[in-house]
Amino acid sequence: MNIKLKIWRQENPKAKGKFMDYSLEDVSPEMSFLEMLDALNTKLIINGDNPVAYEHDCREGICGCCSLYINGHPHGKGERTTTCELHMRSFTDGETIVVEPWRAKAFPVIKDLIVDRNAFDKIMAAGGFISVNTGSAQDSNAILVNKEHADEAFDSASCIGCGACVAACKNASAMLFVSAKISQFALLEQGKIEGMQRVQKMVSKMDELGFGNCTNTYACEAECPKGIKVTNIARMNRQFIAAKVGSQKQD
Amino acid sequence: MINSTLSIPSITKKIILAVAGLFLICFLLVHLGINLFLLPIHKDHEEIFTEAAHFMGTNLFIKAFEIVLFAAFIVHIIFAIILQLQNWKARGHAYKVFTKSKTSFLSKYIIYSGLLIFLFLLLHFYQFYFIKLGWVSYPVTKIPLPQDEHFYSIAKYLFTNDFIYSILYIVAFIILGIHLNHAFQSAFQTLGLNHSKYTPFIKALGTVYAFFIAIGYSIIPIYFMIFG
Repeated sequence: MNIKLKIWRQENPKAKGKFMDYSLEDVSPEMSFLEMLDALNTKLIINGDNPVAYEHDCREGICGCCSLYINGHPHGKGERTTTCELHMRSFTDGETIVVEPWRAKAFPVIKDLIVDRNAFDKIMAAGGFISVNTGSAQDSNAILVNKEHADEAFDSASCIGCGACVAACKNASAMLFVSAKISQFALLEQGKIEGMQRVQKMVSKMDELGFGNCTNTYACEAECPKGIKVTNIARMNRQFIAAKVGSQKQD
Repeated sequence: MINSTLSIPSITKKIILAVAGLFLICFLLVHLGINLFLLPIHKDHEEIFTEAAHFMGTNLFIKAFEIVLFAAFIVHIIFAIILQLQNWKARGHAYKVFTKSKTSFLSKYIIYSGLLIFLFLLLHFYQFYFIKLGWVSYPVTKIPLPQDEHFYSIAKYLFTNDFIYSILYIVAFIILGIHLNHAFQSAFQTLGLNHSKYTPFIKALGTVYAFFIAIGYSIIPIYFMIFG
C-alpha cells in the first residue's frame, strides 16, 4: 500500500515547528506503525534528510514509551492499543495520516514527536510510593488482602504512564493517570497508611505542573491503551474529600 | 483574592462547581413546579400560580433562600470559568486534527451550553426578575397592568405575542437539557459517587431529568403559542 504522511517536525523545544508532507510506497499492511516510521526514516537518511524523532522501546505495548497522536487519536484509532501495536492494515491505501506529538503544556516537545513526560515522574515522586523499612521479607500471609481489592489494584497498576489520557483529554488533564496511581496503593493495606497524605501531595503536584481539570467527558477512558477506568478518578475524588474533610486541624 | 481562588486545589474547585450545580438542579424542579400552573392543569391554576409567585416573592425564608440561590449561580458560573480558562491554558498548542475520541453526548461542549444558558438567564432576569424589583417598568410588554403579582399576565403576553421570545425560550431549555444530561451524572462522579450498581441508574436518572426539564419548561410557551 502507498500512504501519505503529515508529520510534525520541530528541531528543538524552542524552535517553531511545522507539519511536513511525506509519501511512502510499498508499505506492507503487516508492518507496525513504528516499523513504517522506521522505513520512512531509512528513506530520509538515504536522501540525506533528518530522520523523524519519535520514542519507542519495548514495542510490545508494556513500556509506555510510544506516544503518537494519529489522525485525532492518541496511539491511533484501535481500542486498547499502543502505537507500537497499531498495524498499517488499520489504514487504507492512499490515506493521508496526520502524526502529531502529545499536546499539553506540561508535556513540552523535545524534538519532532518526542515530548518530555517528566511531569509524570514528578507526580510519582510527590507521593506515588509506600515508605517501608528494608529488611527481610515478612511472612506472605501477615497482611491479608481482599481478592477483589487485589484485582482492582492490579488493574489500576496496569497503567503504563504513556500519557494518552492527557493527550486525549480536551483539558489536558492528568486525572486518569494520577487516580490510577493513587488507586493502586489506596486499595491495598500497605498503601492505606499514607493514603490521606498521598492524595493531597499528588493532586497538588499535578495542579502545580499545569495539567487541566477533568470535566468527565471520559475521552481518557476511551483512549487508554490499558483500559484504565474513570472509577479511579471517582476514588481519587473520594479520597481527596476524606483527606480534606477528615483530617485534624494542623497546629 | 483572585490568586487564592486560582490556587484552590483542582478537585476542590470541581467539588464546589458540582455542589452548586446540584443545588441549581433542585431549584429547577421547584421553579418548574410553579411554572406548570401557567397551564390549565387545575381549575384554579391562575390563582394558584399567582399565590405561589406571591409566596415566593414575599416569604421571609424564601427571600433568605434567594440569596443562597444567587450565590449558587454566581459560584457555579465563576468556578466554571476559572476551570475552563485553566483547561484551555493546559493544552498549550492545539492539535491539527481535532480529537475524535469517543465521549458522552455533547459533553465536550458543556462550557458553551453553559454560556448560552447564562445569556438566556440575563434575558429572563430582564423580563421577569427586574420587574419584580421595580428596576424595569412594564413597557417590556407594552400593555397596562397592575404593578405587582402580574407574572401570569407577563408570561401569557410574552408567549402569546412574542414569537421570537417563545422560540428563544424553547431553544434555551433544549440547550439546558443537553447541559443537564452531562452535568447531572458528572456532579456525582466529581463527588466520588461512582458505583458499579448505582452509576448506571444515576446516568439514566440524569437523562430522564434533563428531558423532564427541557420538555416541562418548553411545553408552556408551546401551549400559549397554540391556544393563546
